[in-house]
Amino acid sequence: MKALVFAAGLVTASAALAETPVLTVYAPDYFVSEWGPGPGIEAAFEAQCACDLQFKPGDLLPRLLLEGPQTQADVVIGLYTDVTRKARASGLFAPHGQDLAALTLPISWSDDTFLPFDWSYVSLVYDETRLPVPPASFEALADAPEDVKVILQDPRSSESGLALVLWVKAVYGDRAGEIWQRLAPHVLTVTKGWSEAYGLFTDGEAPMVLSFSTSPAYHIAAEGDTTKKAAIFDEGHYAYVELAAKVSGTDQPELADAFMAFILSPAFQGLIPETNWSYPAALPRDAWPQVFRDLPEPAKAIFLDEETAAGLRDEAIEEWRQALSQ
Amino acid sequence: MAASPVAIIAALVVIGLILGPVAALLGLGGDLPAPGPAEWLALRFTLLQAALSASLSVALAIPTARALARRRFAGRRLLITLLGAPFILPTIVAILGLLAVFGQNGALNAALAPLGWRLNIYGLHGVVLAHVFFNLPLATRMILQGWLAIPGERLRLAAGMDLSPAMVMRTLEVPMLARVVPGALAVIFVICLSSFAVALTLGGGPRATTLELAIYQALRFDFDVARAITVALMQLGLAMAAGAVSLAFARGAGFGAGLDRTVPRWDAASPWLRAQDAACIAAAALFLLAPLAMIAAKGAGTLAAQDPTLWRAAAHSLIVATVSTALTLAWALALANRAGEWVALAGIALSPLVLGMGLFLILRPFVSPLAVALPVTALANALAALPFAVRILRPEAQTVREDYARLAQALNLSPAVWLRRVLLPRLRRPLGFAAGLTAALSMGDLGVIALFADPDRATLPLYVYRLMGAYRMDEAAGAALFLLLLCLGLFWLLDRGGRTDADA
Repeated sequence: MKALVFAAGLVTASAALAETPVLTVYAPDYFVSEWGPGPGIEAAFEAQCACDLQFKPGDLLPRLLLEGPQTQADVVIGLYTDVTRKARASGLFAPHGQDLAALTLPISWSDDTFLPFDWSYVSLVYDETRLPVPPASFEALADAPEDVKVILQDPRSSESGLALVLWVKAVYGDRAGEIWQRLAPHVLTVTKGWSEAYGLFTDGEAPMVLSFSTSPAYHIAAEGDTTKKAAIFDEGHYAYVELAAKVSGTDQPELADAFMAFILSPAFQGLIPETNWSYPAALPRDAWPQVFRDLPEPAKAIFLDEETAAGLRDEAIEEWRQALSQ
Repeated sequence: MAASPVAIIAALVVIGLILGPVAALLGLGGDLPAPGPAEWLALRFTLLQAALSASLSVALAIPTARALARRRFAGRRLLITLLGAPFILPTIVAILGLLAVFGQNGALNAALAPLGWRLNIYGLHGVVLAHVFFNLPLATRMILQGWLAIPGERLRLAAGMDLSPAMVMRTLEVPMLARVVPGALAVIFVICLSSFAVALTLGGGPRATTLELAIYQALRFDFDVARAITVALMQLGLAMAAGAVSLAFARGAGFGAGLDRTVPRWDAASPWLRAQDAACIAAAALFLLAPLAMIAAKGAGTLAAQDPTLWRAAAHSLIVATVSTALTLAWALALANRAGEWVALAGIALSPLVLGMGLFLILRPFVSPLAVALPVTALANALAALPFAVRILRPEAQTVREDYARLAQALNLSPAVWLRRVLLPRLRRPLGFAAGLTAALSMGDLGVIALFADPDRATLPLYVYRLMGAYRMDEAAGAALFLLLLCLGLFWLLDRGGRTDADA
C-alpha cells in the first residue's frame, strides 16, 4: 500500500514537473557561470514566473545560425551591438515589445528588437603602481615612452578586441591606420580572448590591458585593491552594450515576453553590477552600488550604429592587422 | 600483414568522424571560396612555425632521451613523469606559466636585469619556444621509448665487441632513430599546425596568425561556414601530406626479439659522456619545470580555498578522461600499423571547432547536444589523443608482430589468445604510457565542451576558464594547479601501471 502511495506520488510529481513550462535562454559562458549573474537571475525569475528557466551556455549567434528556425531557444541574452546587423538579417528574432523609457544608457536607444541589459565603456585599464601617469588619449599613448605597454585582444576573435578597433576608427577615421602604426610599439602582445589578456595583466606582464571602465570595480569591491584604474580618454570611449532578444519561433511567447520585461526590472538590473561587473542598463545612477558610482567616467560615449559599424569593420580590422604586422 | 577487418573498421570510424562534421557544415555553406591573401599568409606562418617547432622539439629531444636512456639516477622516474606535464596543460594555464618565466615581468628577465639585459619573448622565437615547451617532453618520451626498445642483448653484444660510443650510435641508435623520429616529427608538426591562442600570444600579435585563427574567425565571428571549411581543409591537407612524407621516410627494420632485460650502458661510462648527459637532463628539466613551478607557486595559495563545485567539475573530467582513455586504447590497438598511423593523424588535423560544430549539427536532429556534452567531449578527446597513442604503440606492436607472428601461426593461436597472451603483455609499457597520456590530455583539454557546455556539466578546464572570465584569477590559479596535479597523478598512475608489470 505504501509503495502504491509512493508510486502515485511519483506519478503526480512527474506530471507536475512536465507541466512546468520551460523557458530556454541561450547565454554566454561567463553569464551563466556560478560567479556570473545567471544563477541570481534564474532564482529571481523563477520566483515570479511559475516556470523553469534554463540557461544554455555557449556561442550565441553561431549556434543560433546553425540551428536556424528550429532552435530551442526562446530568448537569447548576451549579444552585443557589433553583431546585431547579422542577427537581425537572420530573421530569427521578434520585437521585444518593451517600453524603452526606463533605459539609463549614455546613448539613445530605440531598437525594437534588441534590448540592452548592461553596458560599459571599452577602456584601457592600468596598474597605478606601475604606470603613475596614464595616457589621456590614443595619441598620448602613441607618444608615451616605449616601455608603456598594453595587452590587447584580437579583433578577429574577441568582442572587446573588435570594439577597440571600431573605437579607434570612429575617433580617427582615415587616420586610424597611421594611429595604429604609432601605437604598434606599445602593443606588447595580442591575445585570443579577454581572459588571457586580463590574466597576463594581473600577473604584471604589462602595466595596461584592454578591458572595460567598470573592471576596476571588481578589484575594489572584491579585493579591496584600488590600484587598478581605467585610463579616461579625452576623445570619448566606445560604449559596449550587451543585448537580449526574443526568438521569433519561441513556443513560450508569453514567458519570453515576461522575461524581456523582467530584464528591465530593478530585480534583474540590481544583480548586474556586482556579478557582471558592468553598469546596469535600466537603473538610475543612485541605485548603483557605491563603488560603481565612484568610478571615473569619460565625458563622451562613442557609439556606432550597426550599419556604420558593419561598413567600417573590415577596413578597421585590416588597418589594425597591417600596422601590427610590421 | 593484410589489414584486418578490425583495423579497417577503426579507420573508417576515424574517417567518418572527420568527414561527417565537414560534410554537415558544407551542407549549410554552399560553394567553397578559394583562399584569399589573408589565408595564404596564415598558411605560410602556420607552416613555418610548425616546421621549426617540430624540428627543434625533436632535435632537442634526441640528446635528452639518450641521456635519460643511458643514466639511472635518483628521481629519474619522477622527472620523466613531470616532463609529461607541459603537454597536458590547458593552453591558458600554460601561457601564463611560460610568461611567468620568459615574459617581461618573468623570472628570467628579473635575473637578467642586473646585467642590463632584457629578453623580449614575443615573436616567432616565442611561438617556437612555447611549442618546444609543449612538445619536447612528448618527443623525448617517444624517442626514449625507442631507446628502451633496443634489446639489452644488442647492447651486451656491442659491449662485448668493445664498440666505441660512436660505433654504438651508428649500429644501434641511428637505425632506431630512423624508425622513430619521422613519426615523432609528423605528430608534433601536425599538433603545432592547429595552434592558435599560444601562437598569437607568444607571437606578439597578428604577425603570428595561424590557419586555426582564420577558422575561428570565419566560424564564430563572420559565420562564413564555407570559408571556415576551405581553411580547415587546407589545414587537414597539410597535416595529411606531412603524415605521408614522414611515413615514406620512416624505414628500418627492428632489432629482433630480446628478453626485455635492462643492461648497463658500458659504452657510455666515460666522464665526458656523463657530463654531457647530465647537462642535457639538467637543461631540459630546468626549461620544462620552471614554468610548472611558477604555476604551482601561483596556485598554491588558493589550492585549498576552492569552491566545492570544483569537485563536481573534477569528477566530470575524470569520467570523460576514463572513457576517452578506454576508447583511445582500443582504437589505437586496432590502428597500430602503417596506414593506421596516417589515418589517425587526422584526429588532430581537423580543427576542433569544425569537429565540434559539425558534431553539433549531426546530433541535433536526434538528441539535445547539451545532454550529450560529456560523451561527445570524451569522443572528441579520444579522437584527439589517437595519433599520439598510435605513434606510441605502433613501433612496438609492429615488432611484436614481426617477432612472434610466425610462432603464433605455427601454434595456430586464435586472435583472442594472441591478443591476451602475446600482444598485450608485450605492449604493457607503451600501453601504459599511451593510456596515461590520453587520460591526462583528455583531462586538461578544454576541447569541444566549450561549444556544448551545460552549466551543470562543466569539466575542470572549463571551470578554470569560467573563474578567469569572472575576474577570479587567483582562484583560477589554484584550480589550475589542482587540474595539473590531477593530470599528473593520472598520468603517473597509468604510466607506472604499464611499466611495473613489464619490468617484473
